[in-house]
Amino acid sequence: MLLAVSSLTIMGVTLGSILGAAAYFLAVEEDPLEEELKAMLPGSQCGQCGYVGCSQYAVALAKDEAPITLCTPGGKAVIEVLAKKMGVTADLSEHEEKVPEYAFIIEDLCIGCTRCIKECSVDAIMGANKLMHTVIAEACHGCEKCIQVCPTDAIVMHPVPLTLSSWHWAKPEDQHVVH
Amino acid sequence: MKLFPIRGGIHPDYRKELSSEKVIVALPLPAALYIPLQQHIGVPSEVLVNVGDLVKKGQMIARSGGTLSAPQHAPTSGHIRSITDIPAPHPSGLAQTTIVLEPDGKDEWGELPAPIVDPFTADPHTINERVAASGIVGMGGAAFPSAIKLNLGTQKKLEILLLNGAECEPYLTCDDRVMREHADEVIDGARIMAHALGVHRVVVAIEQNKPQAIDAMTRAASAFSEVEVVGVPVQYPMGSERHLVQAITGRETPAKKLTADIGVLVHNVATARAVHHAVRFGRPLISRVVTVSGKAVREPNNIEVPIGARVADLIAFCGGFSVEPESLVNGGPMMGQPLPGLDVPVVKGMSGILALTAAEINQQPASSCIRCGVCVTICPCGLSPVDMAAFIRKDNFETAAKLGVMDCVSCGSCSWLCPSHIPLVHYFNYAKGMINAQDREQRKIEQTRMLAEAHALRVEKAAAEKAAFLAAKKAQAAAASAAKEKDGTPA
Ligand code: SF4
Ligand code: SF4
Ligand code: SF4
Ligand code: SF4
Repeated sequence: MLLAVSSLTIMGVTLGSILGAAAYFLAVEEDPLEEELKAMLPGSQCGQCGYVGCSQYAVALAKDEAPITLCTPGGKAVIEVLAKKMGVTADLSEHEEKVPEYAFIIEDLCIGCTRCIKECSVDAIMGANKLMHTVIAEACHGCEKCIQVCPTDAIVMHPVPLTLSSWHWAKPEDQHVVH
Repeated sequence: MKLFPIRGGIHPDYRKELSSEKVIVALPLPAALYIPLQQHIGVPSEVLVNVGDLVKKGQMIARSGGTLSAPQHAPTSGHIRSITDIPAPHPSGLAQTTIVLEPDGKDEWGELPAPIVDPFTADPHTINERVAASGIVGMGGAAFPSAIKLNLGTQKKLEILLLNGAECEPYLTCDDRVMREHADEVIDGARIMAHALGVHRVVVAIEQNKPQAIDAMTRAASAFSEVEVVGVPVQYPMGSERHLVQAITGRETPAKKLTADIGVLVHNVATARAVHHAVRFGRPLISRVVTVSGKAVREPNNIEVPIGARVADLIAFCGGFSVEPESLVNGGPMMGQPLPGLDVPVVKGMSGILALTAAEINQQPASSCIRCGVCVTICPCGLSPVDMAAFIRKDNFETAAKLGVMDCVSCGSCSWLCPSHIPLVHYFNYAKGMINAQDREQRKIEQTRMLAEAHALRVEKAAAEKAAFLAAKKAQAAAASAAKEKDGTPA
């Protein structure tokens, strides 16, 4: 119970600050929609959407030139807020929700070249020149950019494991009955 | 004492007589104990022992993993056989890290922290520290680390410590027996907690269907003017914190607030007894009383169980099953959770193990809602279950949240009474899980954004520094060559 309460509070605060930030940007920027959309994206600039970064995707979205389903790390949560903003119904039937993953470096294969560190836009990889590198799983958002630059294929993606605190009840099967 | 009415509620068949007259007996030490690192709300504890180690009874074998966590202690002396992943006593059956202890049969105590001689003059901080180090968590089922709740005394203005002895769930009798047989220990623990919290009033609330417990507790409390024992009406879910507080004080806890915000802190009676043991004798929480009941169990009983004994050991102690149970429940039949099997261990928050027959659960296929409105009338939280379920069926969690699904205490009254047998509370558990998962996702996205911004700033700064460095070098070189030129100029 306490946990749920605190998470709500945290969410309230974060949402509040997003709104605050959005209001600030709205006052100075030329295209408010673009800025608002940008604020909804994860901001990790990972490029998995096919654009250079989140801002470019936001521009395309604002011009209605891109579907709302391209942000992989954002997942369903981002699609839903984008859908609401754009006033479209999100067709999630075609969207295959990727199981959240995090990068994992196989110790024995890592040669400590530091290339992956430079690639990670959220500083999730720790390590120094010629030393073994590790990924901080909590910070990693699964963009897979580090995998592409590793010369020894030392990085693999692992699904984020289900824990006792993240597990929850599935939908009841008897569904046809409540009106 | 004047009591206040609570809204709604139901009167299920209590079936407490199956075990209520059984005196608490100790479970003989099983061949192995399985002590999970996560028996509480919060982060798992961290292992302190190695495979092969000899540990003594009461020795800390895993320390608290953070602020919101609790340590684990050896329930008896013996060797650490392994540290491995086994299914948790949780509906998911997910595996979790567990310390396996092989008792050596000597049941030999290790060195314990010294008793706190006069707890009522001790610094509250000393008591909180002892409660934290003793691994005490809420034993009514929530398993929230107790020391954190005791610390609330320094953060909120509290008036009443409410000791919850309502035990409103059918079948369960462990709190009843603890109050009947150990009333002095419970009252002493409660008074110690009240001192730690800085409150001057203790109210013990017990449902009126437990007259012997009310008698025993009243007698034990008679010497202490600050303690009052109150019989409350038999009305499920009286034992829900918010409802009990309302019945005693008339105050309603606002949505998204804690009872502590309106001046009342609630603790379970078994937790109070554990505090008594920890403070007076330095003994950590290594056992608890569990009710084993249900008509599929040959001899229902109340058993003092070392933490980590398997559910199978308890069932065997009760003579096994008389018929194949239709369902196995951890806790009471209303709010309890299905057990994934018999091989899971008993944990600190486990008050009951029920093996129920098909006749007892009377499960029937759901049919269409007839809009009778019964669920709305009886919801003790004033919600409209029928409407919430309709939106959740369409995965419209936003509207369900607006209708208050997060305020639902999952008491199950609506499901229990629904003439169409619609699994209403299952819908609400599902919705609460989904809403929490969405919150977590949102927070992750927010965190990613923050980290990415910090990264961009750092890269920018590094680039600027590099540019400045290069510019300075260039300027230096230019100055040097200018000087050289000057020097080289023939006079
Ligand atoms: S996948 Fe690699 S680059 Fe992407 S966030 Fe994780 S560690 Fe960083
Ligand atoms: S890119 Fe690969 S080899 Fe280089 S440091 Fe990262 S993990 Fe190690
Ligand atoms: S109790 Fe059941 S049948 Fe009656 S209104 Fe509620 S959901 Fe419908
Ligand atoms: S909606 Fe929740 S609180 Fe209300 S009766 Fe149903 S389970 Fe209990």
